[in-house]
Amino acid sequence: MGHLIPPSIMPFVLPVLYAVVIVAVLPLLAGYIVLMERKVMADMQARLGPMRVGPHGLLQPIADAVKLLLKEDIIPDKADRLMFWFAPLVSVTMALLAYSALAIGPAFQIADLNIGLLFILAISSLGIYGIVLGGWASNSHYSLLGALRSAAQLVSYETAAGLGLISVLLLAGSLSMKDIVQAQLDQGVWFGFSVPFGFFIYLVGSIAETNRAPFDLPEAESELVAGYMTEYSGFRWSLYFLAEYANMIIVAGIATTLFLGGWLRPGARYHEHIPGTGIEWLDALPALLTLGVALYSLKLAPTQPVKIQKIVMVLVAVLCLGVACVLAGALFAPPAVMQGIHGAFWFMAKVFAYIYAFLWIRFTFPRYRFDQLMRLGWRFLIPLALVNVIGVGVAIVLRQQFAWGPIVSLIPTTLATLGVAMLLAKDDAPVAEAQTAAGE
Amino acid sequence: MSDERTTKTISGMDSVNTTVLGADEIILNMGPQHPSTHGVLRVKLKLDGERVAGSECIIGYLHRGVEKIAEHRSYQQFAPYVDRMDYVAAVSNGLGYCEAVEKLLGTEAPPRARVVRTILTELQRIASHLLWLGTHALDIGALTPVFYCFREREEILKIFEKYCGARLTTHAFRIGGLQYETYDGFEEDTKRFCNDFAHKIDEYETLLTENRIWVGRTKGVGILNAADAIALGVTGPVLRASGVKWDLRRAQPYAAYDQYEFDIPTRETGDTYDRYVVRMEEMRQSRRICLQAVENIPTGPIMARIGKVLKPPPGEVYHSIEAPKGELGYYIVSDGTTQPYRVRVRPPSFINLQAFDKMAKGALIADVVAIIGTIDIVLGEVDR
Amino acid sequence: MVQRLKARFGDAIREASLDRKQAIVLIAVEQLREISRYCRDEEKFDMLVDLTAVDWPKREKRFDVVLNLYSFAKNERLRLKAHAGETEPAPSVCEIWPAANWMERECYDMFGIVFEGHPDLKRILLPDEWQGHPLRKDYDILKQDTDWVRENLGIESGQ
Repeated sequence: MGHLIPPSIMPFVLPVLYAVVIVAVLPLLAGYIVLMERKVMADMQARLGPMRVGPHGLLQPIADAVKLLLKEDIIPDKADRLMFWFAPLVSVTMALLAYSALAIGPAFQIADLNIGLLFILAISSLGIYGIVLGGWASNSHYSLLGALRSAAQLVSYETAAGLGLISVLLLAGSLSMKDIVQAQLDQGVWFGFSVPFGFFIYLVGSIAETNRAPFDLPEAESELVAGYMTEYSGFRWSLYFLAEYANMIIVAGIATTLFLGGWLRPGARYHEHIPGTGIEWLDALPALLTLGVALYSLKLAPTQPVKIQKIVMVLVAVLCLGVACVLAGALFAPPAVMQGIHGAFWFMAKVFAYIYAFLWIRFTFPRYRFDQLMRLGWRFLIPLALVNVIGVGVAIVLRQQFAWGPIVSLIPTTLATLGVAMLLAKDDAPVAEAQTAAGE
Repeated sequence: MSDERTTKTISGMDSVNTTVLGADEIILNMGPQHPSTHGVLRVKLKLDGERVAGSECIIGYLHRGVEKIAEHRSYQQFAPYVDRMDYVAAVSNGLGYCEAVEKLLGTEAPPRARVVRTILTELQRIASHLLWLGTHALDIGALTPVFYCFREREEILKIFEKYCGARLTTHAFRIGGLQYETYDGFEEDTKRFCNDFAHKIDEYETLLTENRIWVGRTKGVGILNAADAIALGVTGPVLRASGVKWDLRRAQPYAAYDQYEFDIPTRETGDTYDRYVVRMEEMRQSRRICLQAVENIPTGPIMARIGKVLKPPPGEVYHSIEAPKGELGYYIVSDGTTQPYRVRVRPPSFINLQAFDKMAKGALIADVVAIIGTIDIVLGEVDR
Repeated sequence: MVQRLKARFGDAIREASLDRKQAIVLIAVEQLREISRYCRDEEKFDMLVDLTAVDWPKREKRFDVVLNLYSFAKNERLRLKAHAGETEPAPSVCEIWPAANWMERECYDMFGIVFEGHPDLKRILLPDEWQGHPLRKDYDILKQDTDWVRENLGIESGQ
């Protein structure tokens, strides 16, 4: 390949290739996250979820996509047509652009910016313009209210989430995604464990930023019908939808990189080899897991009611088997390739675990009211985040002064933040308790 | 929002409390097609930001002229129609109508029929409250309880289906008693449901009662004090949550309620949370009544001797029962023929909904859906 | 109680009777508001359960306005009835029981009884442009149906 392409273009080839892969795969991935959401929701709600299209609804996302593309595209009469057309594009473009700095495994990154995190935050915040413009251009009260809510919410929670991230930046000393992961490897602990409150604040902030329940006020179905998306339909609507799920993956990616050790496998500093080979025990894990899924699908296949479903189930098994083979084969490949493939596996696994947490929260909690949302953001999360950041600063000084370990030095910080959190929560509670007492 | 746009929005809308707009106020038209107006309620909200400065309910989208229909049907023919009013509590509607006509005729259903009626009506109350709980939680944003509620409601509907063949609009009772004897295993089914339900209701409470967000969303929202509630004619759980310990089952017993022990749950504040607590407790009490009743169903006939053609002597009667949503009254005037001269239904939802404007004033949009949910309206009954 | 009412309002209490053990007091429509206020304040009938009407087209004053009252203190019900004519307005009891608001609107909607002093008397269940008042006995549903079919479909109704 090298001799076909002029050397001056060579550095661009791989990034462009990656970009194409992301743009091509992401909509599909978003579709399957929706399927996962529906399946998880169904499981928690004692029902089955999509079962008709493909075995266990595996082809549902494709059917949904086709339906959305074929739907009539309605633009309200008095809408601002240009803005109405432009707004979803803004949302989706910004969501996709943010991927350029995200490192999915040590090898798979479009651009390793030294301000990577800052870039992602800046770009994904721009996506809010799509929502505000869309809400305004629709010329509907529901949309307008949704857009205004969204803007206010983003401003509040971006601050809190940003402060949550700063605690990690202090520990890692870098904004580059790769360096942050490297720092976690060097210090021997994922930052999620050393600064749990930073992680917690970011978790809450990221749910709010992506407009997911219980912070889904901009599109609160039971109040604002669909919020800023009320007047959108068909393809434009699916662009918003894509942007929402792309943003979910982004925040999950950030959380994974910063708090969950990025592409590091669990026990990254533990190197016990399988006797007689150069393969580490833990590196064999991904292959075994996917092999397990493949065998399970194969076992399910004969029980499927319809022939086509049996076939698709077998195909799924074959696919998983293929992945397992790749993961196993990577063990014998040069270390760089091995790291790339397994890193991507672990990264995706953590991203999905994080998204699962999103879904779990969504199906468990009722929705906040707008003033409660603001109170939670400004009176609880932001003070807590500030205390946490100061605590981390103190911990770093302690570490340098007394040569404490990276975990030990942060324990006082965590305890202090916990104390403040309880204080703040208590401060919030009396109103409710007084009324309960009066009621009983 | 520009002034020009504001005026454009309100043109063509004519109403007292929503025409005069302040500088920053907008009109938001909620419904008749809206996810949480429970059918076809239309609420016109005057908003100052997100705060409600005034509201007006516009109803009638489901009006079917039930009262006019009654004047052209015989007494028995009209009985199935009442099921279509509060269609999530059809059995209760039927009980009210049948008892009213019996009173008009001067007869009474035999004891066995009255006990079976009580059991079915209490099951229906649980079913209606379950539907309320599920949709109310859904309105407030809790996606999951609704499915659990429907799971249990399904068990009740199965009992109805086994008893009379219908699940929703049952027409379970006849004037003078019951048409059908209970099926084999009716007692066991009811007992099994009641025993399972005790744990199920605790499950719902774990999801909601002490949930911080739930409490935050419902405490202090849509407060209605006892004096206002009485003045507005509000009845049922809404009235009891405001601190008035009044339940027709106890105050003016009908069917077989005088034989059973049960508590009337009340609360003080009269906010959405209190109404939630009251209804949860009511489900437990209904379960208690069912268990007591099913232990001891008297034997004997199920139908009073009333003849095939009903000609009540001229005169009038008002009879009301404690439906799941409040006092459901029937005012029937007879002119001595086989058709009622006038049937007036006093629908609890219709009158409770009047309190909405009072509850919603000063609330946020998010509270509006909570308040609509907490009144527990069924538009079939509001509009008749 | 009837004695007390009679002593206070004299001729305005036309008739008091029991029908199927339910108390009915027939009163003069002009005094409706005063008697209502008295019933609420002095006799403690604090809740207006229902307000409706019955049409007797052959009578001189064709409408019965019927108020069903309930007293929490006594656990008793009382029915107030007043005859109202087609053209003559009945006094509104909205200021005594706010609950009457929608019920009076419904009576206006269904019977065409005008309640004087009602804050916002307009149709409630039927659309604003509806013709006629359906619960009157002389309202012909068949005619309404054939008219609608003729006007909107341009054919003769088969009914």
